[in-house]
Amino acid sequence: MTGYAVEIEDVAVRFRTKKRDVTALRDVTMRVDPGEFVAIVGPSGCGKSTLLKLSSGLLAPSSGSVKLLGESVSGPRKDVGYVFQKAALLEWRTARKNILLQAEMRGMPAKEARARADELIEMTGLTGFEDAYPHELSGGMQQRVALCRALLHRPPVLLMDEPFGALDALTREQMNVELRRIWQETKTTVLLVTHSIAEAVYLADRVVMITARPGTVAGVIEVNLPVERDYGKTMSEPEFAKATRHIRDHLGAAAVAE
Amino acid sequence: MGFTERAWRPIALLVVLFLAWWAVTAAELIEPYLVPSPGDTFDAIASRPDYFWEHTWATTYETLLGFVIAAAVGVFAAVVMVQSATVEKTLYPLLLFAQVIPKIAIAPLFVVWLGFGIGPKIVVAVLMAFFPVVISMVTGLKSVDPEMLQLSATMGAKPGQTFWKIRFPASLPHLFSGLKVAATMAVTGAVVGEFVGADAGLGFVILQANGNLDTPVLFAGLLIMSLLGVLLFVLVEWLEHLVLPWHASRRTEGVTTTL
Ligand SMILES: Nc1ncnc2c1ncn2[C@@H]1O[C@H](COP(=O)(O)OP(=O)(O)OP(=O)(O)O)[C@@H](O)[C@H]1O
Ligand SMILES: [Mg+2]
Repeated sequence: MTGYAVEIEDVAVRFRTKKRDVTALRDVTMRVDPGEFVAIVGPSGCGKSTLLKLSSGLLAPSSGSVKLLGESVSGPRKDVGYVFQKAALLEWRTARKNILLQAEMRGMPAKEARARADELIEMTGLTGFEDAYPHELSGGMQQRVALCRALLHRPPVLLMDEPFGALDALTREQMNVELRRIWQETKTTVLLVTHSIAEAVYLADRVVMITARPGTVAGVIEVNLPVERDYGKTMSEPEFAKATRHIRDHLGAAAVAE
Repeated sequence: MGFTERAWRPIALLVVLFLAWWAVTAAELIEPYLVPSPGDTFDAIASRPDYFWEHTWATTYETLLGFVIAAAVGVFAAVVMVQSATVEKTLYPLLLFAQVIPKIAIAPLFVVWLGFGIGPKIVVAVLMAFFPVVISMVTGLKSVDPEMLQLSATMGAKPGQTFWKIRFPASLPHLFSGLKVAATMAVTGAVVGEFVGADAGLGFVILQANGNLDTPVLFAGLLIMSLLGVLLFVLVEWLEHLVLPWHASRRTEGVTTTL
């Protein structure tokens, strides 16, 4: 493949509201290789969600350019899978039908879509809950449904906005292990926004750090951990400790400098 | 929850009220020409079943027709209004005006325009019932999680798909609360329409009984009218359970469930 999966060039985003102008992002340049797993960390309100919305064309930059899979982004793009912070499920649809919404909107062949949905349901351990309504599912299960929905059409780029923010620590770890496995199996490009430094380092090839408003890239860390990452073992690796400390120092220092 | 489990409290209360009514009249605390006994009231109905049936049916017909038109007009207006802010700003004051103007005051005008037939009754019923439908439907259509709409955009959904698969179903719980209010309003509207000029319907029965100081018939009319409102309300609620099983199943988790 030529070029980058996501290419953000010298982008600034300003929000104009009646009361004030907010510069959410400035001078942001970021390139993500196809198949790469990139985590984005930073303090609340620094523009992480904005960055994902830019990449998918849900939001236009005030200046600079955004490219997805080599094409200039101008309007919502359908070649992504998006997982929002809240699961954003339709409460009148069962788990399976929520997943299949993706197929219905895209006009995918029904048979193929069903087969793919079953595959994902199995992969994420939702078997037995296909016909449950969202309010009958736990928060972790709802997030898994949202993940399946985002993966249904085998998107070349997966955008995830704090997908596990609402989960308890244990479920979150399980979801991390699952996501890592899914990424290895699908080889899709992933941009993951998270508040958890451990989550970022465990999952990603690279971690992009954003400073507080106006957000800009404070630094990028390469995570030199093996491809196969056992959760417990990875946590105790010296490289893991080094990377997490580095990020903490960086974000902490940026916060002090502010 | 089963019907009996849900219904026994309101039914018990009704029985108690009836007993109180009976006790008050049996003890002759109030003159019978002011408040007739339950017996006299039921006798009034039983002695002229055809008469009551005919007039009840007239009101029922007007109410149902008014309700259905109000629901259709209300939903349509709401859908149009959420499409564009300009349309909403233009229509809202008009709708509000139609709502606040006292129906009993303009009802005679409709009689002048439309005659003594069914027309004015239906117009008043629609006018009374459509406002809660519009308001609840607009709220419902706007209640959609914006992230859900963004998600829809990343799926490449066409506007029609987004509307039918996301916006419309999401608005239904709101719509049904509006429809329940509208159901009771439609009965009132039909009777108000009958008050200003009619030769049929429960409003006509009540007005005539009032003129003759025939309180048993008057009470009978009131009783049937209330029953009609309650029945329509229950019908809408039943429809809601049917159309929104996901919503109902969620509600039963609540501590209190009335009727
Ligand atoms: N639609 C909008 N209108 C006005 N301001 C906005 C809008 N969206 C975001 N902002 C502002 O832009 C900044 C960045 O928002 P963004 O949602 O990207 O932050 P974030 O890093 O995702 O924060 P969090 O970690 O809390 O989710 C915030 O200061 C926010 O107030
Ligand atoms: Mg965010």
